[in-house]
Amino acid sequence: MKLELHVWRQSGQFEKGYFEKHVLDDLDEHMSVPEMLDHLNTKIIKSTGSPIAFESDCREGICGQCGFVINGDIHGPINGTTTCQIHLRSFDDGQTLFIEPFRAKAFPIKKDLVIDRSAFDRIIQAGGYIGVNTGQASEANTILINHELAEKAFDAAACIGCGACVAVCKNASAMLFTSAKVNHLSMLPQGELEASQRVTNMVNQMDEEGFGSCTYTGECEKICPQGISITNIVDLNRRWFWK
Amino acid sequence: MLNSRIPEGPLEEKWKKYKANAQLINPANRRNYKIIVVGTGLAGASSAASLAELGFNVEVFTFHDSARRAHSVAAQGGVNAAKDYKNDGDSVWRMFYDTLKGGDFRAREANVYRLAECSMSLIDQAVAQGVPFAREYSGYLSNRSFGGVQVSRTFYARGQTGQQLLLGAYQSLMRQNDGNNLKLHTRHEMLDVITINGEAKGVTVRNLDNGEIVSHSCDALILASGGYGKIYYLSTLAMNCNATAIWRAHRKGAFMAAPSWTQFHPTSLPQLGGYQSKLTLMSESLRNDGRIWVPLSPNDQRPPNEIPEEERDYYLERRYPSFGNLAPRDISSRAAKERIDAGCGVGPMGNAVYLDFKDAIKRDGEKIIEQRYGNLFGMYQKITGTDAYKEPMMIAPAAHFSMGGLWVDYRLMSNLSGLFVLGEANFSDHGANRLGANSLLQACVDGYFIAPSTIMDYLAEKSPVKSPKMDEWDSAVIKSKSEVIDRLQNLLTIKGNTTAEEFHKELGQILYKKCGLSRNKISMQSAKNDLLILQKRFYEELLIPGSTNEINFELEKAARVEDYLEMSILIVEDALQREESCGAHFREEHQTDEGEALRNDEEFKYVSVWEFKGNNSYELHKEHLDFKFAELKNRSYK
Repeated sequence: MKLELHVWRQSGQFEKGYFEKHVLDDLDEHMSVPEMLDHLNTKIIKSTGSPIAFESDCREGICGQCGFVINGDIHGPINGTTTCQIHLRSFDDGQTLFIEPFRAKAFPIKKDLVIDRSAFDRIIQAGGYIGVNTGQASEANTILINHELAEKAFDAAACIGCGACVAVCKNASAMLFTSAKVNHLSMLPQGELEASQRVTNMVNQMDEEGFGSCTYTGECEKICPQGISITNIVDLNRRWFWK
Repeated sequence: MLNSRIPEGPLEEKWKKYKANAQLINPANRRNYKIIVVGTGLAGASSAASLAELGFNVEVFTFHDSARRAHSVAAQGGVNAAKDYKNDGDSVWRMFYDTLKGGDFRAREANVYRLAECSMSLIDQAVAQGVPFAREYSGYLSNRSFGGVQVSRTFYARGQTGQQLLLGAYQSLMRQNDGNNLKLHTRHEMLDVITINGEAKGVTVRNLDNGEIVSHSCDALILASGGYGKIYYLSTLAMNCNATAIWRAHRKGAFMAAPSWTQFHPTSLPQLGGYQSKLTLMSESLRNDGRIWVPLSPNDQRPPNEIPEEERDYYLERRYPSFGNLAPRDISSRAAKERIDAGCGVGPMGNAVYLDFKDAIKRDGEKIIEQRYGNLFGMYQKITGTDAYKEPMMIAPAAHFSMGGLWVDYRLMSNLSGLFVLGEANFSDHGANRLGANSLLQACVDGYFIAPSTIMDYLAEKSPVKSPKMDEWDSAVIKSKSEVIDRLQNLLTIKGNTTAEEFHKELGQILYKKCGLSRNKISMQSAKNDLLILQKRFYEELLIPGSTNEINFELEKAARVEDYLEMSILIVEDALQREESCGAHFREEHQTDEGEALRNDEEFKYVSVWEFKGNNSYELHKEHLDFKFAELKNRSYK
C-alpha cells in the first residue's frame, strides 16, 4: 500500500513549523497509524535524519496519550476512535495524508506531534476528586447507587484525557473534559458534598488555562473516543448556576 | 542473608500484629522525612497520595506526560475482594488459598493472606473515591467470576476497571499535588539509584523534555514502576513499559526474584504481521460467557460458522471439566499452544483459537451480552473489522504479567535498606502464576494499605536526612550523574546501523521462541548464546539519532532496550536453573503423562533470588518457602 505523508515538523514550542513530505510505498493495510510512523522513523533514522517525535503508549485506545489531526480530522477519519486504533485500511491506496498535532492555545506544541496537555492535570488538581483520605471509607455496600446512576457515572468517568474535544472545538474549549469529571463525581452520593466547590474551582482553573468558551456546537461529542455526551455540559452549567 | 521478616503467630494475626507493633512518627515530624516514589500507576499513585495524606514529604517521578497514562489504565476485567457479597462460600481463607494454589505454591503464605485480608478495604476505598463499579438494580455492588476460582469475587467497571481504579488513585494524587506535601514531576525517568553505605538514599533522573540530569535525595525510595513483559516485544503492555527502574536498582545491589516467571495471557488478539508493535488484550472476563474451541482436525480452512458442532474441539472443557473455560491463565495459554502446535490453530497465521459467544447469545440474548462486554466487542471490531456477535473472536496467548521482580520482605522492602518495591515491580504475592483480577488488587493494597504502615515503621528508626552529610552525598551524586551521562553518551556515539526497536524485536523473538510459554534446557542454552551475541551486536551496531539534551525518544528506547537485553540473560539463567515446572514456568522435561506441569517440592520449594555480579554473572540465593498453614497439593483444575 502506498501513502503520501505530509507530517508536521517543529523543533520546539517557539520555533516555526512546517510540513515534511514522505512517500511510503511498502505499507500494510493492517498497520495502525503509529505503526506506520514507527516504520517511517526507522527509515528516517537509517538515512541519518531526525525522526518524527510523537507519543503513543498503550496502542489500544485507553491511555489517552496519542492523538493527531489527519487531513483535518481529529484522531483520524473514524469518529469515536483514537489515532492508535486507526488502521491504514481506513485510507485509500495512494492517498495523501496531512498529519499534524492537536492545536490549542492551552496545549502548546513541544516537538513535532508532541503537545503539552498538563492543563488537564491542573483542572483535575483544582477539584476533580472526592476528598477522601486512605482509611476513611465506610463499608462499600452502605452506599447504594442505582444501576442507571452507576452506568451514567461510568459514562462520564470513561474520559481518557486525550484532548480531542479541545482540538476539534472552534473555541478550543475544554468544557467536555471538565464537565465529564464534574458530573462523574457530583452525581454520585459520595461526591455530592463537594459538588459546588468542585464546579467552581474546576471551571475557574479551566478559564485560567486559556481554554475558550463553549458555544455548544456538539463537535466534541461527535469525535470523543469514549462517546462522552454533551449533556454533561448542560449539567455542568446547571451546577455552575445553582452552586 | 535473606530475611523475609514474617511476623510470628497465626496467619490471620500476622498483619494485625505487625501493624500493632509498627513504630509511628509524630504527625508534626513526618514532614521532615522525604519519600521518593517512581511511577504513577496504581501502586505509585496510591502510595504517594496515602503517604502525603499522612504528612510525609513526597516527591513523585513518572516518565509519562501525565500521571494518568500509567499502564494500570489498560487493565480491563476487574479487581478481586473476599467480600462474599454473593453468599457463595467466599472468605479471606478461600481467597488466600485460591491465590496460593493459583501461584502453584511458590509465594509466601503470609503475604498472600495479607493480600486477601486487605482486599475488602480496597473496595471500600475505591467506592468512596467515586469509582463507578457495576451495580445491581437494587443498588448493591455486582460481582463476576474470573479464571481459577469457583466463587464470584470480582468487582468491575465494565471492561475498564483498571482505568477507573487508576483515575481514583490519580485524582487522590493530584489532590495532594499542591507543592506542600507532594510534588509531581512528569516526563522524568529514573536512571540510577543512589546508595550510601548500602542504603537507598536517592535517585538520578533525566528530564525527558530537555535532557537535564538531576539527583534527588530521600529517606526512603519507592519503586512502583510496573512489569517488564514488554521484554518479549510483542506483549499486551504499553510501548513504554520497561524494566529500567528495577534493573538499575538491581545493578546497585537489589536482588531480583524469579525473573523468568512471566504470565502469558490466553485471551490476547493474535499477531497478524511483522510490522506489529503490540498485542491487544481482550479481557479474561469474556471467558465467563465465551467458549473456546479449535477445529477438531488440523488445517481446517472452513470459516468458523461452517464448522459443525461435532467437528469442534472445546479443548478446555474437555481437559478441565470442572473449571472449563475459566481454567487459570497459565493452563489456558498452554492448552492453546498445545492445539496450535498440533496444527489446529486458526486465523491467517494459524496462531489463534476461537472464543465463541454463540451459545451465550442464544441463552441470554444479544442485549445482555452487549451490556456485559459491549466495549470489548466494539474494540474487537475496531481492531479486526470483525463483528463478534456474528462470528467467534480469534484469540491467542501473549506475554502479559511479570510475577517476578525485585525481591522484597514482608514490609515490601528489598534487601537494599530503604528501597521499597510495590505492585508488579516486586516479587511477592502471585507465586509462579497470577490469578485474574489480583493484579489491580495487589498494586492497590501495596500502595494504599501496606507501604504507609511499613515505611513509617522503617523511618521511625532513622533520623531524617534533612541535611545529608554533605560530602558523602555530594560525592555520591557526582558519581551517579557522571555514570548516567557517560552511559547515555556511550550509547549515542556507537552510530551503527540498527535501531533500538529492531534490537528489541529480535530480543522478543528469541525469548518467545526459546524461553516463552514452554521452555527446555536445549532451547534455553541456545537462547543464552543468541542473547549474548545480540547484546554484543547492540554495543557495536546501535544507531541513535540526535543528542542527549533534547526530546529524544530513540535515546529513551535505547537505554531501556539495553537494560532489557541484560535482563533477558538473567531470565534465561533463572529458567534454566529451575528444573521443575510450576505455574507459568513450564519446563518440557518436567511434565506428567497428561502434559500437566510437574512441580518438584522437594528440591525447588524456594524462590530463586539473584544478586548482580557484573558482566552477565549472578549469584543465586534461595528464599525457602514454608507452608505451615496451607497444605501443599497438586494443582488440579480437572
